[in-house]
Amino acid sequence: MQHSELIHFLFGRLSWDSIPYNVPILVYTFAVVAVLGAALFGAITWYGKWGYLWREWFTSVDHKKIGIMYMVLGTVMLLRGFADAAMMRIQQVWAFGGSLGYLPPEHYDQIFTAHGVIMIFFVAMPMVVGLMNIVMPLQIGARDVAFPFLNNFSFWMTVAGAILVMMSLFVGEFARTGWLAYPPLSGIAYSPDVGVDYYIWSLQIAGAGTLLSGVNMVVTIVKMRAPGMTLMRMPIFTWTALCTNVLIVAAFPVLTAVLVLLSLDRYVGTNFFTNDFGGNAMMYVNLIWIWGHPEVYILILPAFGVFSEVVSTFCDKRLFGYTSMVYATLVITILSYLVWLHHFFTMGSGASVNSFFGITTMIISIPTGAKMFNWLFTMYRGRIRFDVPMLWTMGFMFTFVIGGMTGVLLAVPPADFELHNSLFLVAHFHNVIIGGVLFGMFAGINYWFPKSMGFKLDPFWGKVSFWFWLSGFWFAFTPLYILGLMGVTRRLNHFDDPSLQIWFQIAAFGAVLVFIGIVAFLIQLYVSFRRREELRDVTGDPWGGRTLEWSTSSPAPEYNFAFTPVVHDQDAWADMKKRGYQRPEQGFIPIHMPKSTGAGFILAVLAMICGFAMIWHIWWLAPAAFVAFLATVIIHSFNAHRDFHIPAEEVARVEAERSRLLAQQA
Amino acid sequence: MSSPNLSAASPQQFYLTSEHHPENGTMLGFWIYLMSDCLVFAVLFAMYGILGGNYAAGPGPKDLFELPTVAINTSMLLLSSITYGFAMLEIQRNRKGATLFWLAITGCFGAAFVGLELTEFAHFIHEGAGPQRSAFLSSFFTLVGTHGLHVSFGIIWLITLMVQVGWRGLTPENIRRLSCLSLFWHFLDVVWIGVFTFVYLMGVLR
Repeated sequence: MQHSELIHFLFGRLSWDSIPYNVPILVYTFAVVAVLGAALFGAITWYGKWGYLWREWFTSVDHKKIGIMYMVLGTVMLLRGFADAAMMRIQQVWAFGGSLGYLPPEHYDQIFTAHGVIMIFFVAMPMVVGLMNIVMPLQIGARDVAFPFLNNFSFWMTVAGAILVMMSLFVGEFARTGWLAYPPLSGIAYSPDVGVDYYIWSLQIAGAGTLLSGVNMVVTIVKMRAPGMTLMRMPIFTWTALCTNVLIVAAFPVLTAVLVLLSLDRYVGTNFFTNDFGGNAMMYVNLIWIWGHPEVYILILPAFGVFSEVVSTFCDKRLFGYTSMVYATLVITILSYLVWLHHFFTMGSGASVNSFFGITTMIISIPTGAKMFNWLFTMYRGRIRFDVPMLWTMGFMFTFVIGGMTGVLLAVPPADFELHNSLFLVAHFHNVIIGGVLFGMFAGINYWFPKSMGFKLDPFWGKVSFWFWLSGFWFAFTPLYILGLMGVTRRLNHFDDPSLQIWFQIAAFGAVLVFIGIVAFLIQLYVSFRRREELRDVTGDPWGGRTLEWSTSSPAPEYNFAFTPVVHDQDAWADMKKRGYQRPEQGFIPIHMPKSTGAGFILAVLAMICGFAMIWHIWWLAPAAFVAFLATVIIHSFNAHRDFHIPAEEVARVEAERSRLLAQQA
Repeated sequence: MSSPNLSAASPQQFYLTSEHHPENGTMLGFWIYLMSDCLVFAVLFAMYGILGGNYAAGPGPKDLFELPTVAINTSMLLLSSITYGFAMLEIQRNRKGATLFWLAITGCFGAAFVGLELTEFAHFIHEGAGPQRSAFLSSFFTLVGTHGLHVSFGIIWLITLMVQVGWRGLTPENIRRLSCLSLFWHFLDVVWIGVFTFVYLMGVLR
């Protein structure tokens, strides 16, 4: 074998030229990431924390810890996604007339693609799934999820996908196709490089994790509720989690399938979405939106759940219209499958098809409006406490209603013919995703942080973060609405008309405000950690909560509840408090729990290696990693030591410690 | 959920004093997974439905499909479902040897199915009708191939479970796993009936 052939066999397409060392921005970024990464690794090694991290976190099957790890992943990736957004804002404010800005088109296109992919798949999804992990099992009085090992595996698969996206920054490149990678642009003829392959494999790996996590949570909610918790006594957040996970199970397989078809086009030379040999690119657009539209409801439903919990807690009232809230959630779940075509009204489906999908889209605003009124009526004559979670909720109500109205506007097909592909659309979906999902996640983080970590978040920096995010959002996106109405299309990296520049300057100012909001959030985390003794919550119920998660200690013990609660009413914990519940202090029994395992981590690493090898056409490594993956699954299936009992004495010790703290508090 | 303690629980009982044992959710979870897998097949069927007539001046179903081969193939898979059923019946009688015997027969039928399918594929490719030839052939190979891939993974799973049954016997865990595989195996049978009808029979009629 020739030398060059050997190199090609060993490394596939990968070579020194794949490293973009001639792009200064990437070199600086790499330097910063390398320094920070080295500092982090060094610190962990210096303090000897690797063993602790591995034993207590990486291999943990505890839903509360997995949830926290999801939140950390989402926060880290938020910084990356925001960096992309900031770069786009700088480019668009700069590149007018004679100036070309600082980003060449091929780089700019990667940035807007990466921004979309990262914000949806690696910020919003991990945060939503993380919050469901932390809260849902506690709300239904369970000890863990139905399949704890699978939960750990799902998390690491999501991380593996995120790492592949991050790797594309420094090894090769990312897709230049927009976040849904429409063919024929994403086909091999027009995107022969590794960018689209990074896109495909990171989404496939993370998507597999998400799908399994969806199955896991549906089974958890169906099978593991505490005795007495009928479906119509479930907290609204758990209801939204159920609907979201049903949507995950029913939508993600379509994404998997359509990405497989695109990969076959790229790797095998099939003709699904090509321009010749009978291919049909429209089928890709159809299928990806059959996943993509439910996806936005997968993200927003849990946020609706958060707002429902927050509103009733901070108004000290039972939620107004519980039953209508449940039915509104279910109706949205079903309708979310009947609207996908509104993403491509202009592609020529004809007037009757467009009318059908336009009408179904408008109908979704009815259950959503019902929810909005339920929240308002809960606040009406409530004793409202303006804590940080409530601020985010009210900011959401104000912001989201406007996003919803522009959505109904876009649902009118003739209007959509004018506005599709414009900055108006960009403003609309940021309005609902930032104003809905992100605000919901911040409300949820501020609300449940004491339950996960044992101390509240600092309210001052929380308020700073909220006000900068809220005002920053409106400064950043109102100009985009206006520009969109003027006909400016999305994804442009240069403008000729100087009269537009002022709007981009305002938008860039908004991005600065959002940046301050993000920094304030990080400061909030840091300050709260420093002041954790002052902010500590020993009661387990810092807000006067109404649902079961507030009946146990903060942070919840490994086993969640010393005794499984029995539920008699909606808002089970409020009911228990009202009727004189006494916390049991003796009679503890051993508790059956799942054991930690490193198998999920190892499997995800192998999946990532397999994906990397496929991206770079390293044809020996991909099958090798795949076989290793299968072998690990089989070996793990032989492991019979999956559970253990927490002895009664240990439970008694933990509970006695809590009694002591409670007595000290009183 | 159907906790016996609940009916006896007084309104003042706020917690269970014994350990709560929720019903095992594995079968439900696996069923839900199968439904998601069903959606993958739904997408592939839809692709075939849309692209199945796009021959791109290449061969069509009438030129390619040989129904006798497909009939043998189909009977292999249907018989394997019956023999898997026999294995499940032997589990009820708690007869380990007989269970393993029927599982082995099932595996052989499955392997014969995959073997015949690969022969058919090789024949098509040899005649210049590979998956690259036209959108019809792309969607044909992908739909039928995905099914075959599932059967192949089913065989690997079957062998793994045979080793586990041989080693640890018909334990509750192994019976649960065999029940999951049983669902998987019959599910593939149902999908194949769809493939057989929709792709082969209707293809020859086209």
